[in-house]
Amino acid sequence: MADQEITRVQKLKFRVGQVMTRNVIFVRPSAPLLEVKEIMRRQRISGLPVVDSNGALIGVISVEDLLRSFGQGEFNATVRKNMSKSLITVSDTDSVDTAAQKFQQTGVGRLPVVNARGQLVGILTKGDITRGLLHEIQTETQDEEICRYRASHIFHDVESDDTSLLLRYTVAPRDFNNGGGASSKIKRTLTRLGTDSQIVRRAAIASYEAEMNLIIHADHGGQITAKVDALQVTLRVEDDGPGIVDVRRALEEPGYTTTSQEIRQMGFGGGMGLKNIRKCADHMHLESEIGLGTKLEISLRLHQDRQGN
Amino acid sequence: MIVRDIVEKLGLKVVAGSKALGRTVTGGYSADLLSCVMARAKTGNVWSTLQAHPNVVAVAMLLELSAVIITEGALVSSDVIAKADAEGIALLWTPWTTFHVVAELAHLGIEAQE
Repeated sequence: MADQEITRVQKLKFRVGQVMTRNVIFVRPSAPLLEVKEIMRRQRISGLPVVDSNGALIGVISVEDLLRSFGQGEFNATVRKNMSKSLITVSDTDSVDTAAQKFQQTGVGRLPVVNARGQLVGILTKGDITRGLLHEIQTETQDEEICRYRASHIFHDVESDDTSLLLRYTVAPRDFNNGGGASSKIKRTLTRLGTDSQIVRRAAIASYEAEMNLIIHADHGGQITAKVDALQVTLRVEDDGPGIVDVRRALEEPGYTTTSQEIRQMGFGGGMGLKNIRKCADHMHLESEIGLGTKLEISLRLHQDRQGN
Repeated sequence: MIVRDIVEKLGLKVVAGSKALGRTVTGGYSADLLSCVMARAKTGNVWSTLQAHPNVVAVAMLLELSAVIITEGALVSSDVIAKADAEGIALLWTPWTTFHVVAELAHLGIEAQE
């Protein structure tokens, strides 16, 4: 994984302490350099943390330090005199992206990890971060699979003559920042219920267009209710005004729109919303009255083959 | 082809959704009118647009697009980045025009799916 990608993993929840390697080989300051050389050769590592008798990290000794000392003929020197004391460390409670940034800024390959008392508790490599990242993705996938499993059995598990699930969402007027939020939730829920992906897609497109209509046009926003039963999903979208001036044109005439220029610049109001909705729905009913509001009801059959078309 | 290939070959900046770079790109679509995108972009398509507001993320997520390329150097605000990161939508950024990007994508063999 490239460095710039590692620094971009901002949403990671885990901390350095959760992904670091705990069994760290270290040396005491009193250790002779010849012993350090042996450890490096056997373990195939190029640097070792130096830890005092209290467990505190006090330095790092590298191959370069050894070469310098040996070059000066000091074969019997100890670690204390030759180690580097300027330390780049991370804390076990640091977030992983802090550590990733440190890797990128310093160019080092591994970082000693210390606790709040300055004691060495582990070592962190870029590989540790990648492994943690993969683990998190896997966990997220598993959680979603569990949600799906539970939800998709709801219609089997609940005993009644007719079971339906009612999902209600309130959409605030002009709330462009959250536009599509209700539709995203409807989409996720339908997916978890085990709905066919093509039907989920059509429901998502229709509910998105309806939701944006509430945000763009409705005086006080509105409500979206999604009713899911074993046979179909029904979306009811209601507001209390201003009402559609010309329902026929809004439904039939490509490009017909009453959206303001300002909102159109954001890419809305192309005069396609209701047409998109109709294309996605198996059934659509639209009622609108100026000053009273608009009621839209659409339904999509969940099992196209069984119902026929 | 995956999103990462496009990032590397076109030299795009990954501004959000770095977790999603392994997604397969099924084809391409380009428009700045969101309803057009809703009507015509297909699952897994890479979408190039000069729109950069939060709704772009919602559209990409609802349609399960593989990535969004924000063109013309449009400014991407931090709330858009946060939203895309949260939803796992790859947001790629370039100062190039949409036409330039589409031409490069076509050169890579990414096609329209009519």
